[in-house]
Amino acid sequence: MLGWQFNCRPIATKLTTDNYKLSPVAELLTYISFPEWLAYTIAALVQCALLLAIALCSAAVGIWLERKVSARIQDRLGPTRVGGKFGWLQPPADGIKLLCKEDLIPAAADQILFRLAPYISFCAVFCAFLALPFADGWVAVELNAGVFFLVAVMGLEIFGVILGGYSSGSKWSLYGAIREAAQVVSYEIPLGLCVVLVVLLTGTMNLVAIGESQAGWFFNWHIFHDPFTFVAFFVYLTCAVAGTNRAPFDLPEAESELVAGFLTEYSGFRWVFFFMGEYAAMFLVSALGALLFLGGWNGPIPIASLIGLTYENHDILGWLGNSLGVVNLIAKGFLGMTFMIWLRWTLPRLRVDQVISTCLKYCVPIVSAMLAGVMIWCHCLPGGVKSYSFPRSAWERTDPTLRVDGIPDHAVTQSVTMLRSHAEHGNEDYREESR
Amino acid sequence: MDFSINWHSCFFLLFAIIACGFAAAVVLVGDIVRMACCLVVSLAAVAGLFFLAGAEFLGAAQLMVYVGGTMVLLIFGVMLTSRGPGTAIKTGGGQWVLGLIIGAALLFVLLQVAMSSSAWNGPNSKTQELAAVANSPLPQAGEGPGARDTSDPAGQLGLGLLGVRGDRLEQENKVLNRGMSGYLLAFEIISVHLVVVLVGAAFLARARRKTLTPASRIPESPNPRTTDTQ
Repeated sequence: MLGWQFNCRPIATKLTTDNYKLSPVAELLTYISFPEWLAYTIAALVQCALLLAIALCSAAVGIWLERKVSARIQDRLGPTRVGGKFGWLQPPADGIKLLCKEDLIPAAADQILFRLAPYISFCAVFCAFLALPFADGWVAVELNAGVFFLVAVMGLEIFGVILGGYSSGSKWSLYGAIREAAQVVSYEIPLGLCVVLVVLLTGTMNLVAIGESQAGWFFNWHIFHDPFTFVAFFVYLTCAVAGTNRAPFDLPEAESELVAGFLTEYSGFRWVFFFMGEYAAMFLVSALGALLFLGGWNGPIPIASLIGLTYENHDILGWLGNSLGVVNLIAKGFLGMTFMIWLRWTLPRLRVDQVISTCLKYCVPIVSAMLAGVMIWCHCLPGGVKSYSFPRSAWERTDPTLRVDGIPDHAVTQSVTMLRSHAEHGNEDYREESR
Repeated sequence: MDFSINWHSCFFLLFAIIACGFAAAVVLVGDIVRMACCLVVSLAAVAGLFFLAGAEFLGAAQLMVYVGGTMVLLIFGVMLTSRGPGTAIKTGGGQWVLGLIIGAALLFVLLQVAMSSSAWNGPNSKTQELAAVANSPLPQAGEGPGARDTSDPAGQLGLGLLGVRGDRLEQENKVLNRGMSGYLLAFEIISVHLVVVLVGAAFLARARRKTLTPASRIPESPNPRTTDTQ
């Protein structure tokens, strides 16, 4: 069994939450004498389904939230009757209604691409959920470059939108798609810089480690690390709203100008896919913002560790503490979504030139200055304001033998002497190496 | 039923078939936008292969740079240049021959390199050794000299770009220890190059503001819109 496990080590077993072990589901199934390959397949499918459920539930709750919050902002009640007092069955009702709609494909459309586009859009967002940790170690795939992967995959969502806009064969759709491309490509720059800022603080791109580095009280959160990160968080917020095409940056589907932008020719189930993708992306950027700046799964008060819900005490207690972390992260995600909805129903839509100049004239310079500021701050105050703020950061290794990211000190000095010898003897070593 | 599936090989085959199949489709499909789509799928499958090999950073970079960035540029180019949907690109016979020759030459070179790699060259002592390593439990962080490679490859990459090759630090053998300085020079050259490109792009795309002299403020011909309303 062990040998079999390692055949699928790099990708397959990482699907389990517990790296390099069989998942509990697969263990259970092999225990009741399922063949291993079947047990493994079923376990993988179960885990995929769980992840899909999170993505879809965040979309469904987001749609319900949008209806309720927008109604309250406009002094209405919103859905009240579908499924009880708060209209909580509204998303399934919406879904059924949309499923029953006529499925139209325009004659001028490129059939294959038109059908393909919504799935690409949703799949990209779903893939990003793979690398999103929900609590300490509770992540589908713990990637070493997790945050990089997340940003890269989130950027692929626009590919579906561009494809849909182009293949619709309608000028409104094409305008929407081109606006989307211009907007998202521009806003990826400040968004990426905000992420780099946090990576700089923690010295890792692993999202689990980034979350862990903010453990403890709320003043350990990166947003409160220094004034620069505080400002950078708001830049991130702006870019996140713009990156998900939400008002006031919803130019790709500006109803007053472009009918419905890239969605003009879509109806029924394909339209639903675009919308699920959008709401899941909203949850995703909110959760990413929480992980990067707002402590991730760590609450403002470390209740779990205060009352002893840690793995040190007992496995079950640790599990309970982690569940509390999941609640924390999901609550922060939905808080972010609520903020975005609030923004949408409060602010008027910006013009195209205003959107782009917000990005290039404000967000990029501000976040660049913040990046420089954080570098200076970390140089002057290596341990942060409080020396225990960042137990896992690269600047605060208490062990003197560990300096640069786990590389022993003597090794670094060795490398420096080697560099010097390189400088003295020219680059003959390179030539020898290349042979 | 007592057989086990080598999932790694399964996924490798899956991604490889997708990558090769869609790469062939890029050549065979006539419509330029569909070509671009096939190319995206092919490149994404290559990213999948990178993830399968455990090169997570490289895979994410592939998604970001090739699948994301290049495709957006390509789609822009396609949208702004194609005359309309459904315009097929005709490939002449000469182009086919030329393309086949270049492709075959590249394939030959790549195959030769691949075959010269001892680990891929069929079952020999090297592969058995690798299999033994794969079957042994993974070293935990800080357990041995090889531990760092598995613990933080992205950090190792970053250090390599800054001139510290983490994988060579504890190499006693002087010959193998060559190239310690990493890729600092290449990294700096590329960085400066990219800055130049960015500045150049900003220079080309800037709004050309005319100097407002009193003479240029007065339009030489009457504005057509005002004449229409009159």
